[in-house]
Amino acid sequence: MKFTNSFISGMKRGLPIALGYVPIAITFGLIAKSQGVPNYISIMMSALVFAGASQFVAINLLALGTGYLQIVVTTFIVNLRHFLMTASISQRIKGTVSQKWMPVLAFGITDETFSFISLSPSEKLSSGFIFGINTIAYIAWVSGTALGTFLGKSLPEILQTSMGISLYVMFIGLLVPSFKKSRSIVIISLLSAGISSLLYWGPSVLTSIPKGWKIIITTVLASAIGVLIFPEEKEVESVE
Amino acid sequence: MLNSLFLLVIGMAIVTYIPRVIPMALLSSTEPPPFLKRFLSFIPYTVLSALIFPEILFSTGNVKSAVFGGLIAIILAFLNANLLLVIISGIFGVLFWQMFL
Repeated sequence: MKFTNSFISGMKRGLPIALGYVPIAITFGLIAKSQGVPNYISIMMSALVFAGASQFVAINLLALGTGYLQIVVTTFIVNLRHFLMTASISQRIKGTVSQKWMPVLAFGITDETFSFISLSPSEKLSSGFIFGINTIAYIAWVSGTALGTFLGKSLPEILQTSMGISLYVMFIGLLVPSFKKSRSIVIISLLSAGISSLLYWGPSVLTSIPKGWKIIITTVLASAIGVLIFPEEKEVESVE
Repeated sequence: MLNSLFLLVIGMAIVTYIPRVIPMALLSSTEPPPFLKRFLSFIPYTVLSALIFPEILFSTGNVKSAVFGGLIAIILAFLNANLLLVIISGIFGVLFWQMFL
Protein backbone atom coordinates (compact mmCIF):
# COMPACT_ATOMS: atom_id res chain seq x y z
CA MET A 1 0.00 0.00 0.00
CA LYS A 2 2.77 2.38 0.90
CA PHE A 3 4.43 1.65 -2.45
CA THR A 4 1.18 2.32 -4.31
CA ASN A 5 0.74 5.66 -2.56
CA SER A 6 4.20 6.91 -3.35
CA PHE A 7 3.91 5.54 -6.90
CA ILE A 8 0.75 7.59 -7.46
CA SER A 9 2.33 10.65 -5.89
CA GLY A 10 5.31 10.19 -8.26
CA MET A 11 2.98 9.93 -11.25
CA LYS A 12 1.31 13.19 -10.22
CA ARG A 13 4.65 14.89 -9.71
CA GLY A 14 5.80 13.76 -13.15
CA LEU A 15 2.71 14.99 -14.97
CA PRO A 16 4.41 18.12 -16.40
CA ILE A 17 7.07 15.87 -17.97
CA ALA A 18 4.38 13.81 -19.65
CA LEU A 19 2.67 16.92 -21.01
CA GLY A 20 6.01 18.13 -22.34
CA TYR A 21 6.88 14.78 -23.87
CA VAL A 22 3.68 14.10 -25.82
CA PRO A 23 4.08 16.76 -28.55
CA ILE A 24 7.79 15.95 -28.91
CA ALA A 25 7.09 12.23 -29.13
CA ILE A 26 4.38 12.86 -31.73
CA THR A 27 6.90 14.88 -33.72
CA PHE A 28 9.41 12.06 -33.39
CA GLY A 29 6.89 9.53 -34.68
CA LEU A 30 6.02 11.81 -37.58
CA ILE A 31 9.60 12.52 -38.59
CA ALA A 32 10.59 8.86 -38.35
CA LYS A 33 7.66 7.95 -40.56
CA SER A 34 8.51 10.66 -43.08
CA GLN A 35 12.02 9.20 -43.30
CA GLY A 36 10.63 5.80 -44.17
CA VAL A 37 11.28 4.14 -40.80
CA PRO A 38 8.65 1.43 -40.15
CA ASN A 39 6.18 2.35 -37.39
CA TYR A 40 7.04 -0.55 -35.13
CA ILE A 41 10.75 0.31 -35.31
CA SER A 42 10.09 3.92 -34.15
CA ILE A 43 7.84 2.72 -31.35
CA MET A 44 10.36 0.07 -30.33
CA MET A 45 13.10 2.70 -30.34
CA SER A 46 11.09 4.88 -27.96
CA ALA A 47 10.29 1.87 -25.77
CA LEU A 48 13.82 0.46 -25.55
CA VAL A 49 16.08 3.51 -25.84
CA PHE A 50 13.85 6.10 -24.13
CA ALA A 51 16.18 9.04 -24.78
CA GLY A 52 14.64 11.72 -26.97
CA ALA A 53 17.57 13.73 -28.32
CA SER A 54 19.52 10.64 -29.37
CA GLN A 55 16.49 9.21 -31.14
CA PHE A 56 16.07 12.34 -33.30
CA VAL A 57 19.78 12.24 -34.06
CA ALA A 58 19.55 8.56 -35.03
CA ILE A 59 16.66 9.18 -37.44
CA ASN A 60 18.54 12.08 -38.94
CA LEU A 61 21.66 9.94 -39.44
CA LEU A 62 19.58 7.11 -40.89
CA ALA A 63 18.14 9.53 -43.45
CA LEU A 64 21.67 10.59 -44.37
CA GLY A 65 22.59 6.96 -44.96
CA THR A 66 25.06 6.80 -42.06
CA GLY A 67 26.42 3.38 -41.07
CA TYR A 68 24.71 1.66 -38.16
CA LEU A 69 27.87 1.35 -36.08
CA GLN A 70 28.41 5.10 -36.31
CA ILE A 71 24.81 5.69 -35.25
CA VAL A 72 25.30 3.48 -32.20
CA VAL A 73 28.55 5.28 -31.26
CA THR A 74 26.85 8.67 -31.66
CA THR A 75 23.96 7.49 -29.49
CA PHE A 76 26.47 6.48 -26.83
CA ILE A 77 28.11 9.93 -26.86
CA VAL A 78 24.79 11.78 -26.81
CA ASN A 79 23.52 9.72 -23.87
CA LEU A 80 26.74 9.43 -21.89
CA ARG A 81 25.74 12.43 -19.77
CA HIS A 82 23.23 10.21 -17.96
CA PHE A 83 26.05 8.63 -15.98
CA LEU A 84 26.56 11.93 -14.19
CA MET A 85 22.86 12.00 -13.37
CA THR A 86 22.56 8.45 -12.06
CA ALA A 87 25.79 8.94 -10.10
CA SER A 88 24.25 11.99 -8.46
CA ILE A 89 20.93 10.27 -7.74
CA SER A 90 22.65 7.19 -6.32
CA GLN A 91 23.95 9.29 -3.42
CA ARG A 92 20.49 10.61 -2.63
CA ILE A 93 18.73 7.25 -2.56
CA LYS A 94 21.23 4.83 -1.11
CA GLY A 95 19.88 3.47 2.13
CA THR A 96 16.29 4.33 1.23
CA VAL A 97 15.96 2.41 -2.04
CA SER A 98 16.88 -1.26 -2.17
CA GLN A 99 19.63 -2.47 -4.46
CA LYS A 100 17.31 -4.58 -6.59
CA TRP A 101 15.38 -1.49 -7.69
CA MET A 102 18.45 0.30 -9.03
CA PRO A 103 18.56 -1.33 -12.52
CA VAL A 104 14.85 -0.61 -13.02
CA LEU A 105 15.00 3.00 -11.86
CA ALA A 106 18.20 3.63 -13.85
CA PHE A 107 16.44 2.77 -17.11
CA GLY A 108 13.96 5.63 -16.64
CA ILE A 109 16.52 8.40 -16.09
CA THR A 110 16.28 11.18 -18.68
CA ASP A 111 17.20 14.86 -18.40
CA GLU A 112 13.64 15.56 -17.33
CA THR A 113 13.00 12.72 -14.88
CA PHE A 114 16.44 13.38 -13.36
CA SER A 115 15.57 17.03 -12.81
CA PHE A 116 12.34 16.19 -11.05
CA ILE A 117 13.86 13.42 -8.94
CA SER A 118 16.98 15.29 -7.88
CA LEU A 119 15.07 18.45 -6.96
CA SER A 120 12.54 16.60 -4.84
CA PRO A 121 13.00 16.54 -1.04
CA SER A 122 15.01 13.56 0.21
CA GLU A 123 12.21 12.13 2.36
CA LYS A 124 10.07 11.67 -0.75
CA LEU A 125 12.66 9.72 -2.70
CA SER A 126 11.33 6.17 -2.32
CA SER A 127 11.43 3.54 -5.04
CA GLY A 128 7.69 4.00 -5.63
CA PHE A 129 7.94 7.77 -6.05
CA ILE A 130 10.84 7.59 -8.52
CA PHE A 131 9.23 4.70 -10.39
CA GLY A 132 6.03 6.78 -10.62
CA ILE A 133 7.86 9.76 -12.17
CA ASN A 134 9.70 7.49 -14.62
CA THR A 135 6.56 5.55 -15.53
CA ILE A 136 4.38 8.51 -16.45
CA ALA A 137 7.19 10.00 -18.52
CA TYR A 138 7.73 6.63 -20.22
CA ILE A 139 4.05 6.11 -21.01
CA ALA A 140 3.84 9.61 -22.50
CA TRP A 141 6.96 9.10 -24.61
CA VAL A 142 6.03 5.70 -26.03
CA SER A 143 2.33 6.41 -26.60
CA GLY A 144 3.14 9.83 -28.09
CA THR A 145 5.49 8.14 -30.55
CA ALA A 146 2.79 5.63 -31.50
CA LEU A 147 0.30 8.48 -31.93
CA GLY A 148 2.72 10.34 -34.19
CA THR A 149 3.28 7.35 -36.45
CA PHE A 150 -0.47 6.82 -36.85
CA LEU A 151 -1.44 10.49 -37.05
CA GLY A 152 0.65 11.18 -40.11
CA LYS A 153 -0.18 14.88 -39.94
CA SER A 154 1.77 17.61 -38.24
CA LEU A 155 0.61 20.02 -35.54
CA PRO A 156 0.05 23.61 -36.82
CA GLU A 157 3.43 25.25 -37.24
CA ILE A 158 2.93 28.20 -34.89
CA LEU A 159 1.90 25.78 -32.14
CA GLN A 160 4.89 23.58 -32.87
CA THR A 161 7.41 26.41 -32.65
CA SER A 162 5.84 27.75 -29.45
CA MET A 163 5.91 24.28 -27.89
CA GLY A 164 9.60 24.05 -28.77
CA ILE A 165 10.38 26.00 -25.61
CA SER A 166 8.32 23.80 -23.29
CA LEU A 167 11.04 21.56 -21.84
CA TYR A 168 13.39 24.53 -21.44
CA VAL A 169 10.87 26.56 -19.45
CA MET A 170 10.21 23.43 -17.41
CA PHE A 171 13.92 23.28 -16.59
CA ILE A 172 13.77 26.98 -15.64
CA GLY A 173 10.79 26.27 -13.40
CA LEU A 174 12.83 23.60 -11.62
CA LEU A 175 16.17 25.41 -11.39
CA VAL A 176 15.31 29.03 -10.58
CA PRO A 177 13.49 28.45 -7.24
CA SER A 178 16.61 26.76 -5.85
CA PHE A 179 18.56 30.00 -6.41
CA LYS A 180 17.00 31.32 -3.20
CA LYS A 181 18.41 28.45 -1.17
CA SER A 182 22.11 29.18 -1.34
CA ARG A 183 24.51 31.53 -3.03
CA SER A 184 26.68 28.63 -4.15
CA ILE A 185 23.82 27.24 -6.27
CA VAL A 186 23.42 30.58 -8.06
CA ILE A 187 27.13 30.84 -8.73
CA ILE A 188 27.68 27.30 -10.02
CA SER A 189 24.59 27.61 -12.24
CA LEU A 190 25.83 30.86 -13.78
CA LEU A 191 29.27 29.33 -14.13
CA SER A 192 27.77 26.39 -15.97
CA ALA A 193 25.82 28.67 -18.33
CA GLY A 194 29.05 30.63 -18.92
CA ILE A 195 31.08 27.53 -19.79
CA SER A 196 28.24 26.27 -21.97
CA SER A 197 28.20 29.61 -23.85
CA LEU A 198 31.95 29.47 -24.33
CA LEU A 199 31.59 26.03 -25.91
CA TYR A 200 28.87 27.44 -28.14
CA TRP A 201 30.23 30.81 -29.19
CA GLY A 202 33.91 30.49 -28.31
CA PRO A 203 36.89 29.53 -30.49
CA SER A 204 36.16 26.89 -33.14
CA VAL A 205 38.29 24.33 -31.27
CA LEU A 206 35.58 24.41 -28.61
CA THR A 207 32.49 24.88 -30.77
CA SER A 208 33.36 21.85 -32.90
CA ILE A 209 33.07 19.50 -29.89
CA PRO A 210 30.02 17.19 -30.30
CA LYS A 211 27.02 18.37 -28.29
CA GLY A 212 26.91 15.23 -26.14
CA TRP A 213 30.41 15.97 -24.86
CA LYS A 214 29.67 19.67 -24.37
CA ILE A 215 27.05 18.97 -21.71
CA ILE A 216 29.37 16.53 -19.94
CA ILE A 217 32.37 18.89 -20.05
CA THR A 218 30.27 21.83 -18.83
CA THR A 219 28.69 19.88 -15.99
CA VAL A 220 31.95 18.34 -14.79
CA LEU A 221 33.91 21.61 -14.98
CA ALA A 222 31.25 23.75 -13.30
CA SER A 223 30.68 21.20 -10.52
CA ALA A 224 34.43 20.72 -9.97
CA ILE A 225 35.06 24.48 -9.79
CA GLY A 226 32.11 24.62 -7.41
CA VAL A 227 33.81 22.13 -5.10
CA LEU A 228 37.00 24.24 -5.20
CA ILE A 229 35.23 27.55 -4.48
CA PHE A 230 32.77 26.15 -1.93
CA PRO A 231 34.62 23.24 -0.30
CA GLU A 232 32.67 23.43 2.92
CA GLU A 233 29.26 24.88 3.30
CA LYS A 234 26.05 23.46 4.55
CA GLU A 235 25.08 20.40 2.55
CA VAL A 236 23.33 21.39 -0.67
CA GLU A 237 19.91 19.87 -0.27
CA SER A 238 16.75 19.72 -2.25
CA VAL A 239 14.20 22.47 -2.81
CA GLU A 240 10.75 22.76 -1.22
CA MET B 1 16.70 -4.22 -43.88
CA LEU B 2 14.11 -4.70 -41.16
CA ASN B 3 16.25 -7.18 -39.29
CA SER B 4 19.23 -4.84 -39.29
CA LEU B 5 17.08 -1.89 -38.18
CA PHE B 6 15.98 -4.09 -35.31
CA LEU B 7 19.62 -4.74 -34.41
CA LEU B 8 20.35 -1.01 -34.63
CA VAL B 9 17.65 -0.28 -32.05
CA ILE B 10 19.00 -3.02 -29.76
CA GLY B 11 22.50 -1.55 -30.09
CA MET B 12 21.24 1.93 -29.26
CA ALA B 13 19.31 0.54 -26.29
CA ILE B 14 22.41 -1.16 -24.87
CA VAL B 15 24.77 1.81 -25.17
CA THR B 16 22.10 4.08 -23.66
CA TYR B 17 21.39 1.79 -20.72
CA ILE B 18 25.02 1.19 -19.72
CA PRO B 19 25.86 4.76 -18.59
CA ARG B 20 22.49 4.91 -16.84
CA VAL B 21 22.88 1.76 -14.79
CA ILE B 22 26.58 1.50 -13.92
CA PRO B 23 26.87 4.50 -11.56
CA MET B 24 23.55 3.64 -9.93
CA ALA B 25 24.59 0.03 -9.33
CA LEU B 26 28.16 0.77 -8.19
CA LEU B 27 27.96 4.05 -6.28
CA SER B 28 24.90 3.13 -4.27
CA SER B 29 26.85 0.50 -2.32
CA THR B 30 30.03 2.50 -1.71
CA GLU B 31 30.83 5.63 0.28
CA PRO B 32 32.59 8.16 -1.97
CA PRO B 33 34.97 10.73 -0.40
CA PRO B 34 33.37 14.02 0.74
CA PHE B 35 34.63 16.09 -2.21
CA LEU B 36 33.06 13.62 -4.63
CA LYS B 37 29.77 13.66 -2.75
CA ARG B 38 29.80 17.43 -2.90
CA PHE B 39 30.64 17.29 -6.62
CA LEU B 40 27.68 14.97 -7.20
CA SER B 41 25.37 17.21 -5.19
CA PHE B 42 26.15 20.13 -7.53
CA ILE B 43 25.26 18.17 -10.66
CA PRO B 44 21.48 18.81 -10.69
CA TYR B 45 22.11 22.56 -10.91
CA THR B 46 25.03 22.56 -13.33
CA VAL B 47 23.45 20.03 -15.68
CA LEU B 48 20.14 21.93 -15.78
CA SER B 49 21.93 25.17 -16.47
CA ALA B 50 23.95 23.54 -19.27
CA LEU B 51 20.80 22.05 -20.78
CA ILE B 52 18.95 25.39 -20.72
CA PHE B 53 21.62 27.73 -22.00
CA PRO B 54 22.20 28.60 -24.78
CA GLU B 55 19.93 25.98 -26.42
CA ILE B 56 16.73 27.69 -25.25
CA LEU B 57 17.51 30.65 -27.51
CA PHE B 58 17.13 28.46 -30.62
CA SER B 59 14.19 26.37 -29.45
CA THR B 60 11.48 28.41 -31.16
CA GLY B 61 13.13 29.41 -34.41
CA ASN B 62 13.12 33.05 -33.28
CA VAL B 63 15.59 34.22 -30.61
CA LYS B 64 13.47 37.18 -29.49
CA SER B 65 10.35 35.11 -28.85
CA ALA B 66 12.48 32.56 -26.95
CA VAL B 67 13.99 35.30 -24.77
CA PHE B 68 10.52 36.67 -24.09
CA GLY B 69 9.10 33.25 -23.14
CA GLY B 70 12.21 32.44 -21.10
CA LEU B 71 12.06 35.71 -19.13
CA ILE B 72 8.40 35.15 -18.26
CA ALA B 73 9.32 31.69 -17.00
CA ILE B 74 12.25 33.00 -14.94
CA ILE B 75 10.12 35.68 -13.26
CA LEU B 76 7.27 33.28 -12.46
CA ALA B 77 9.67 30.60 -11.24
CA PHE B 78 11.40 33.13 -9.00
CA LEU B 79 8.00 34.04 -7.54
CA ASN B 80 7.50 30.32 -6.77
CA ALA B 81 4.60 29.96 -9.19
CA ASN B 82 3.28 26.45 -9.79
CA LEU B 83 5.46 24.55 -12.26
CA LEU B 84 2.67 23.97 -14.77
CA LEU B 85 1.87 27.69 -14.72
CA VAL B 86 5.54 28.47 -15.42
CA ILE B 87 5.56 26.10 -18.40
CA ILE B 88 2.24 27.21 -19.87
CA SER B 89 3.06 30.92 -19.45
CA GLY B 90 6.41 30.41 -21.16
CA ILE B 91 4.74 28.71 -24.13
CA PHE B 92 2.04 31.38 -24.35
CA GLY B 93 4.69 34.08 -24.11
CA VAL B 94 6.32 32.67 -27.24
CA LEU B 95 2.96 32.26 -28.97
CA PHE B 96 2.01 35.84 -28.09
CA TRP B 97 5.30 37.21 -29.40
CA GLN B 98 5.03 35.31 -32.66
CA MET B 99 1.45 36.41 -33.26
CA PHE B 100 1.55 40.06 -32.22
CA LEU B 101 5.09 41.38 -31.88
